[in-house]
Amino acid sequence: MARVKLIEIAHARSGDKGDTSNVGIIAYKPEHYPILVKQVTAARVKEHFKGICFGEVERFEIPNLHALNFLLHKSLDGGGTISLRTDAQGKTYSTAMLRMEIEVDDALARDLRGSKSE
Amino acid sequence: MTRPIRIANGQGFWGDSLQAPIEQVRRGPIDYLGLDYLAEVTMSIMQKQRSRDPRSGYARDFVPMIEEVLPDLVEHNIKVVANAGGVNPEACRDAVIEVARRKGFAGKIKVGIVAGDDVMDRLDDFIARGIELKNLDTGEPLSSVRSRVQSANIYFGGRPVAECLGKGGQIVIAGRVTDTGLTLGPMIHEFGWAEDDWNKLAAGTIAGHTVECGAQCTGGNCMIDWEAIPNGADIGYPVIEANPDGTFVITKHEGTGGRITVAGIKEQLLYEMGDPREYITPDCVADFTSIHLEQAGTDRVRFSGITGFPATEFYKVSVSYSAGWKAVGSLVYAWPDAFKKAQAADRIVRERLDRLGLKYDEVLTEFVGANACHGALAGTPPADIAEVVFRIGVRSEDKGAVERFTREVAPLALNGPPTVTGFGAGRPKTEEIVAYWPALIPKTEVQPRISVIEA
Repeated sequence: MARVKLIEIAHARSGDKGDTSNVGIIAYKPEHYPILVKQVTAARVKEHFKGICFGEVERFEIPNLHALNFLLHKSLDGGGTISLRTDAQGKTYSTAMLRMEIEVDDALARDLRGSKSE
Repeated sequence: MTRPIRIANGQGFWGDSLQAPIEQVRRGPIDYLGLDYLAEVTMSIMQKQRSRDPRSGYARDFVPMIEEVLPDLVEHNIKVVANAGGVNPEACRDAVIEVARRKGFAGKIKVGIVAGDDVMDRLDDFIARGIELKNLDTGEPLSSVRSRVQSANIYFGGRPVAECLGKGGQIVIAGRVTDTGLTLGPMIHEFGWAEDDWNKLAAGTIAGHTVECGAQCTGGNCMIDWEAIPNGADIGYPVIEANPDGTFVITKHEGTGGRITVAGIKEQLLYEMGDPREYITPDCVADFTSIHLEQAGTDRVRFSGITGFPATEFYKVSVSYSAGWKAVGSLVYAWPDAFKKAQAADRIVRERLDRLGLKYDEVLTEFVGANACHGALAGTPPADIAEVVFRIGVRSEDKGAVERFTREVAPLALNGPPTVTGFGAGRPKTEEIVAYWPALIPKTEVQPRISVIEA
């Protein structure tokens, strides 16, 4: 097994609703969706965003889009107009999520390295 | 109608491209132009404008835009649906009618409004009758902030928009109609979808969600191969080709920039998503796990298979209220030791605020260039980082304390760590915080007010 960053196999978009940020991640390839389902759990995301997210993390599966959606409660310093943050709407939490490391088998890790050097 | 209808979006928020609506009208065939102008905070700004001038309180940009495209609208019978009315749809309509008459279109165009969403003057009545308007996030009743409320608006859906089109409105000016309702309304009107045809209503809602942020579904803010997305300066805004059976294609005018792919559309579908099986609107509950997407040619993505569930008994209410004051200031520190200098500046400002005995609900520091967006996930910045922005903000109910803070950043230009710049804009501005209070209200309590007038 090898460790790679989530950004190698997924893309993402994030947005806000009040003090809750939503982060959606999408597998580039449908066959990699099960890796997301297995490894990117609500608990891991909560741990990943410690220091940013101070509430519960909820996870939803969207298999038809090969995507997961996460709700990060209490993650925007009050949200909207209350927040003092540069990113009061969590617009960049998409790529913050993609910094997460996941485990993939060696063959896939080689493929990912190969596709980058092309 | 048997051919698909073409519904364009030309505005994703108030402040989006001034040119986009005009291009949408002129660079290809469309039947409808939908324009989303309202965000939560917008309503309170408009409420304040109206309290100063009873003829204001709407998206003013809308009127000159209509003036420019009026000949095109009349010649090609293009209808416009916009929530440009803000808190004063009547005034917006009057301004549009005045422009139409001045430009020689008297008797040639009808302008309608969808109003009745403004419940500001009914709040006390609701509370007295036991409708508590509890905050959806915290469960607190509205009475706890009642004296500080600045605006209160119901979110109406696509149904009243369709009704206004049915009365002959060619330009439909709405108050707080949902972003998705601006797209669904024309479909209900054209295809005669029944109030309980949940699957089709869900399809129209998802079409609306896809285009409600304008170019964010046509290559804007898109992660995948972003550098390869062509011709960003001329990015095309989305056009929906909608069919009576609820299937639709998202495309854009030929020759425009941007890119529409299944992967890019997926990103936009996830934007501001909650529970994907329960996307709640006034018209229906849409299920995003039912969507089937396929690439149906260059810059064309086809949607099918969408299902939905019955609408709820409630409308969402958006209440805005005054929640104190804030200010944010910044300074730029240059190499060497840029990050350390910015950290030293932060310690100095905080100590000075302490010495002055000032208390805040929050003092927040960010180091832009190092960790403002991703916090600790960004890791430690490189020791030789070229420059760092020290950015510090405070929040308090005490306006005086916030104003005093605004005098404590700029002095560091002379009395703090070296190689500092970026204080040209002067001291930070004290801003009122207008917070947002989401709540629900039984649908039986409010009725949209719809009318149509000929120019």
